[in-house]
Amino acid sequence: MSTGPDLIGSSASELASKLADREVSAREVADAHLDRIAATDGVVAEGDVWASKPADELEAHHVHAFLQVTAAAARAHADDIDARRAAGEELGPLAGVPLALKDLLTMRGVPTTCGSRMLEGWVPPYDATVTELLRDADVVVLGKTNMDEFAMGSSTENSAFGNTRNPWDLDRVPGGSSGGSAAAVAVMQAPLSIGTDTGGSIRQPAALTGLVGAKPTYGTVSRRGLVAFASSLDQAGPFARSVEDAARLQAVIQHHDPRDSTSVSESPPDLLEHLRDGVEGLRIGVVTELQGEGYEPGVAETFQAALSRFEALGAEIVEVSLPHAPYGLPAYYLIAPSECSSNLARFDGVRYGQRVDAPTAEEMNAATRSAGFGPEVKRRIMIGTHALSSGYYDAYYLQASKVRTLIARDFEAAFGSADVLVSPTSPSVAFGLGTKTADPIAMYLNDVATVPASLAGNPALSLPAGLAAAPEAADTALPVGLQIMAPLLRDDLMYRAAWAFEQDLGFTPVPEGRRAVEVAR
Amino acid sequence: MSAIRDGWELVVGLEVHVELATRTKMWCGCATTFGDEPNTNVCEVCTGQPGALPVANARAIHDATLLGLALNGSVAEACWFHRKNYFYPDLAKNYQISQYDVPLISDGYLDVEVAAGSDGGSDQGGDSEVEVRRVRIERLHMEEDTGKSLHVGDTGRLHGADRSLIDYNRCGIPLLEIVSRPDIHDPETAQAYLRELQAIVRAVGVSDARMEEGSIRCDANVSVRRPGEELGTRTEIKNLNSVRSLGRAIAYEAERQVSVLEDGGEIVMQTRHWDESRGVTETLRVKESVTDYRYFPDPDLVEVVSPPDRVEAIRAELPELPAATRARLVAAGVPAAQAATVVGSELVPWYDEAVAAGADPAAAANWLTGDVAGQLSAAGVTMQDGGLTGTHVAELIGLIDDGTLSTKLAKQVLEGVIEERGAKGPADVAADRGLQQVSDEGELRAIVEQVVADNAGTVEDIRGGNDKAIGALVGQVMKATRGQADPRKTNELLREAIDA
Repeated sequence: MSTGPDLIGSSASELASKLADREVSAREVADAHLDRIAATDGVVAEGDVWASKPADELEAHHVHAFLQVTAAAARAHADDIDARRAAGEELGPLAGVPLALKDLLTMRGVPTTCGSRMLEGWVPPYDATVTELLRDADVVVLGKTNMDEFAMGSSTENSAFGNTRNPWDLDRVPGGSSGGSAAAVAVMQAPLSIGTDTGGSIRQPAALTGLVGAKPTYGTVSRRGLVAFASSLDQAGPFARSVEDAARLQAVIQHHDPRDSTSVSESPPDLLEHLRDGVEGLRIGVVTELQGEGYEPGVAETFQAALSRFEALGAEIVEVSLPHAPYGLPAYYLIAPSECSSNLARFDGVRYGQRVDAPTAEEMNAATRSAGFGPEVKRRIMIGTHALSSGYYDAYYLQASKVRTLIARDFEAAFGSADVLVSPTSPSVAFGLGTKTADPIAMYLNDVATVPASLAGNPALSLPAGLAAAPEAADTALPVGLQIMAPLLRDDLMYRAAWAFEQDLGFTPVPEGRRAVEVAR
Repeated sequence: MSAIRDGWELVVGLEVHVELATRTKMWCGCATTFGDEPNTNVCEVCTGQPGALPVANARAIHDATLLGLALNGSVAEACWFHRKNYFYPDLAKNYQISQYDVPLISDGYLDVEVAAGSDGGSDQGGDSEVEVRRVRIERLHMEEDTGKSLHVGDTGRLHGADRSLIDYNRCGIPLLEIVSRPDIHDPETAQAYLRELQAIVRAVGVSDARMEEGSIRCDANVSVRRPGEELGTRTEIKNLNSVRSLGRAIAYEAERQVSVLEDGGEIVMQTRHWDESRGVTETLRVKESVTDYRYFPDPDLVEVVSPPDRVEAIRAELPELPAATRARLVAAGVPAAQAATVVGSELVPWYDEAVAAGADPAAAANWLTGDVAGQLSAAGVTMQDGGLTGTHVAELIGLIDDGTLSTKLAKQVLEGVIEERGAKGPADVAADRGLQQVSDEGELRAIVEQVVADNAGTVEDIRGGNDKAIGALVGQVMKATRGQADPRKTNELLREAIDA
């Protein structure tokens, strides 16, 4: 019989095999993780649904990864899985494995907040396709995770319900916008989680919390039920503590969905079949434009070491150029806000969520939106509204769309000479809470290496490349992420390269250090 | 209809919206039924719930293409859906999915028939001469309908309402916008255009095009100018609930604009509301600047591709269009005005069935547009619900032709068939109700001889040269047969008896 601490340290793959062998029950696995949440997260662990404490009651040791924990539903689902397994029913490969779901995805009957006050009280009448697929696979959803409001941010400090802390250093951010999903896995509250990535919102928090996080090829994971930030960029994807776990979770959620017009009909090749084939002979392209100035020394050194490691593994390192990548960030910060200004127009107080009453419909809309949205969301709505305005459209939105096309062509050309591309995931290691909140541009620069693949639609993942000190604190050792990008629909290739690297590096995804959350080893 | 003053030219362009009669909505699987309980045909997509995504209704794209081809338009090989952003409570997403720079259909036209000489300068009526006028169609694009707001309070309009209720049943119903060029220069042509468009929409079967249910709606852009001058400032007229109000509103607005200009004033670009009961247009809102809808391509949807072979396959589905139907009826001997009524009143299927069953075309058209339409309307029954078939009409005409029924009896038989909702045909109704004409010579001769014997004085009169007095004897025979005597035969037999 495994004990709770054993279970919470286990990977999804280990848990799945223990569950399949009936060495442990789904209920025991769920309970162990629920206990871990109760001990580390700052939730009120009472009743069927555990609410997170209000922001002003959270303490410095609370990770605050979850906004709510659907404890009773998770236990019931686990019991049901155990019963069906006992009855000899054939179950999916991840049956009984717990998972944390970003609160941007709907789950019927469970409030979805998107990290915003705007949606308070809204209970979705339908399941996101991703949620349906997880349930069909008998993955046990533990609850909904914290995030930057409407996925806008790179630190999870824009949540209306208080920030999430980085388990590696509780005074630092976990990245964002999927910071809650990242922190939950990093602190062993769940072996798996789902985040969403618009310009780096899975990859950057994965990098900052020492995890594997992947943004699949745009269109391979249904967006139905993913509350839209920027529709042409949003994509849900996995977080895990190992490459294999991430690949297995992505395999569950990638599925053609006729209810999402942008869902592609062809599936990427099997993600697991060639996972262990190694990188010998693989051409690894180092992107000239995604390194150098602006990247912390610790990040740059770790990245160079990663290249040497690939070379030692038999890969061929080639230099490639994405000439328009430097324009990626400004293009992204026009396209994403433009789409968001329209996507978020529906939050008007008329049909659901918050309403601030006023004498006329227009005044009610304005009062509701003023009260419901936080400053970063308002900033992006205003930028996007401006960029789409008559007289500015050509100079901003249209120009940015052209840049996007050029970047997509750059990727195509680069993949002529390399099988996968690599770069640091984030220019920095996890930064201190509150250090960038006053400077939006500094915050946006977090995405400089991740937005090109977002704009082009290519799959990209981040995996740990090692630890490095933060520039302002020499005694720190914080995770550094390596980004691997692959051609469209070749998600399998990036997983294959990542797996070989991971095996050789032998990184232990357990937070350590003076300020780290305590983890039973 | 009032005419425009001498020395002025009226310029009108029409924007017509047609709700498609697809079974499901444009972006989701909800029903499109009219008149259901509020907010019963709704889902997460059409109420704009967070995370919901639209999927284009392939049938709607097909139907729009079919109508576009019927309007002689060209189909874009690739086009897109754009978002038109504006805040309004009955617009669930606060943007309408529409089309912008590339519509599905462009450069069509419609040929309409109007009475010759109706050019706004004269007011000739009558049905003497018909003239064909071409109105070009700039574009036909696809979009979605909005919900309906219901304002509770004294006024019934938004202003002054205590509260507003919203019904999202209509939200997301596929809608087509058909924009004409400003090729219309008189109210009659505008009315003919709308009527013809309505007939085409119905003929291709993409909508029932009922103005009273809002499944076809029309706004008019009206301006006036001195002939040869640049286009004048236009006003947009809304709330046109019938073909008749369209004509009245245009005529009123033309006169108003001319008065303003002749008095040295200026026309202000604005939207005006047609008040049907007072017969006037009044300012709804002044367009100080062009509203910025911040159109951009909808990233939730993919491009609509219409390869030429698919377009040709759709073109092959086109049914006979109203103009062709009218020409066919006229060629078969139906008077032009009746042919127009048969087509305009959607009687073509009945006409065709009657003729196929052997009826004379002119007689079939005459019965359908006359007594059939009249009796159904008096009974408050639709053609469909009346149960009357084209075969019934043919049978009725046949019974007149073979002398079984007089025209007068035939009308009673028709009434009977409608009462029975078509469960019994004319012959059965006539038999059941004893409505056959008495034309059996033996039976009729006996009655005639009795009448002659009973009215010796009148007979003497006739013999004395007072021919008109025979009418009184016919009346007696009719009375004795309860009106069922064949009048021609009665006359013949009376002559014989009197002259004997």
